[in-house]
Amino acid sequence: MTETSAAIRMRGLVKRFGPLTAVDGLDLDVPYGKCVGLLGPNGAGKSTTMKALTAQVIATEGEVEVLGYRLPDDSKQARAEMGVVPQLDNLDTTLTVEQNLLVFAHLYRVPAGERSEAIDRALGIANLAARRGAKVEELSGGMRRRLLIARSLLHRPRLVLLDEPTVGLDPQVRQELWALIDRLRSEGVSILMSTHYIEEAERLCDTVTIMSHGKAVAVGPPHELIREHAGPEAIEVYGSPTRLTEIEVDARQRGWSTRRTGTSVAILRANGARDIDGERRVTNLEDVFVLLTGEEIT
Amino acid sequence: MAAIAAPRRRRLGRLEPAALRGVIVREVVNFSSFWRSSTFSSTVDPTIYLLAFGFGFGSLVSQVAGYDYIDFVGTGIVATTVLFSGCFPAMYGTFVKYSFQHTYDAILAAPVDTEELVTGEALWIGLRTGVYGCVPMLVAMIFGLNPSWGMLLVPFIAALAGYGWACFGIFIAAKSQKIESFSYWQSGLLTPMFLVAGTFFPLSSLPHWAQVLGNFNPLFHCVQLVRHAVFGFVGWADVGHLAFLVGFALIAWRLAIRFMERKLIL
Repeated sequence: MTETSAAIRMRGLVKRFGPLTAVDGLDLDVPYGKCVGLLGPNGAGKSTTMKALTAQVIATEGEVEVLGYRLPDDSKQARAEMGVVPQLDNLDTTLTVEQNLLVFAHLYRVPAGERSEAIDRALGIANLAARRGAKVEELSGGMRRRLLIARSLLHRPRLVLLDEPTVGLDPQVRQELWALIDRLRSEGVSILMSTHYIEEAERLCDTVTIMSHGKAVAVGPPHELIREHAGPEAIEVYGSPTRLTEIEVDARQRGWSTRRTGTSVAILRANGARDIDGERRVTNLEDVFVLLTGEEIT
Repeated sequence: MAAIAAPRRRRLGRLEPAALRGVIVREVVNFSSFWRSSTFSSTVDPTIYLLAFGFGFGSLVSQVAGYDYIDFVGTGIVATTVLFSGCFPAMYGTFVKYSFQHTYDAILAAPVDTEELVTGEALWIGLRTGVYGCVPMLVAMIFGLNPSWGMLLVPFIAALAGYGWACFGIFIAAKSQKIESFSYWQSGLLTPMFLVAGTFFPLSSLPHWAQVLGNFNPLFHCVQLVRHAVFGFVGWADVGHLAFLVGFALIAWRLAIRFMERKLIL
């Protein structure tokens, strides 16, 4: 084990599956105690990157260190000190909430005398104490997600990997999970979270790595990325398709950036131009993403 | 919550008891939710074979290879139970956990590697098989099989063979892209092995080539060892049967690990 200043340090990660390059030279740092977001559309390489951190994907090229352990050789040690919340629900559905936690208390080697307390603590964090005897198949989607998070915290991990933690959940449940993740962050747990929800990354992450086609196309705190790439204000112009095309051409000639957002064109970096009719709004991370990658996040 | 624990610096090795225990605990806790159906199928099926062959053929054939036919089948059917309780649950269980439940993703995110995962699951199935394997023998005792001290070894023989077959079942699951592919293994390999094992009739009644092939069948060696444990060992031949079962278990174990690693670690 080597001492590093980052919970995760990844250099030049490349992962190829035959002719497909899923991750293409990715550098990534997660400083201790920080929440870092991997933001990108489906197929950007986020999940492959996450699996590389548990050595379920072995890098074709590059270096990966987790909690000072070099992967894949020392991945088992690293996994003993981190928690993972998977994208796909892989709970044992015929077991109760408590039984699921008991199994993973064993798998994460929580000492026998501490298991009961660890389960109680995890249930408390996830607000599931009242459902400890319920079978998982009886739980709602939001409760299952909370249970997955509770499961990942049984052994007091120093690092938590959250792979699309709120995908498929309704907005209210998503906000509940955000509060839970925010609590972890405030308590000093290092977090790497992959997501394709812009708002999630903006609210929770100290820094964001925007991925596209397996590469990092931008890295930084959300507000800095917005300021650097999208400017302070966007002008949404509505009109017919012909009108929108004219607006786009005009904006490009004036050195501004544009993005189509359904029935409108958003003009970015116009520096408050007053001669454009349209709705003024604050720019966001989604503007940055579309500008940098040319892709809409779905 | 004080979430950040002090770093643990010790290096984790291979086949650690803590990891094996974790995998087995998961199996045991899950088994508590389906033990009735599992026990039913693993014990009733072989018992039906025992009764059908014992009383069906038994009414036509009084003795085979020097044994009363009910005794011959009652001991031989232990191997059938080993196959039913060892190989099939491993095949289907592994495939379902991999493809549908994504259980292995969760386990491998914990400090457990594929070798420990496969070994832990196979050990648990082997243990179960050791218990289930005795059921048809106990039923045969009701119908006249005389008790003997050697019967106390039968659970161990069944557990050893069950471990090997569990590993072989995991290997089959690891090799299969679709659950439908199991039909090829079952019809093309497992059913012939089940029949050419000396369970219902002695290998000596078969053509020479089938006898030769039968000697490569782990079920045959399981049948012989169980029969000799119950009626009396025959010396080095039984050492050979035991060695074959150990060898089968070792080879199947390594194959299961190798192909599961290919499947789980990309």
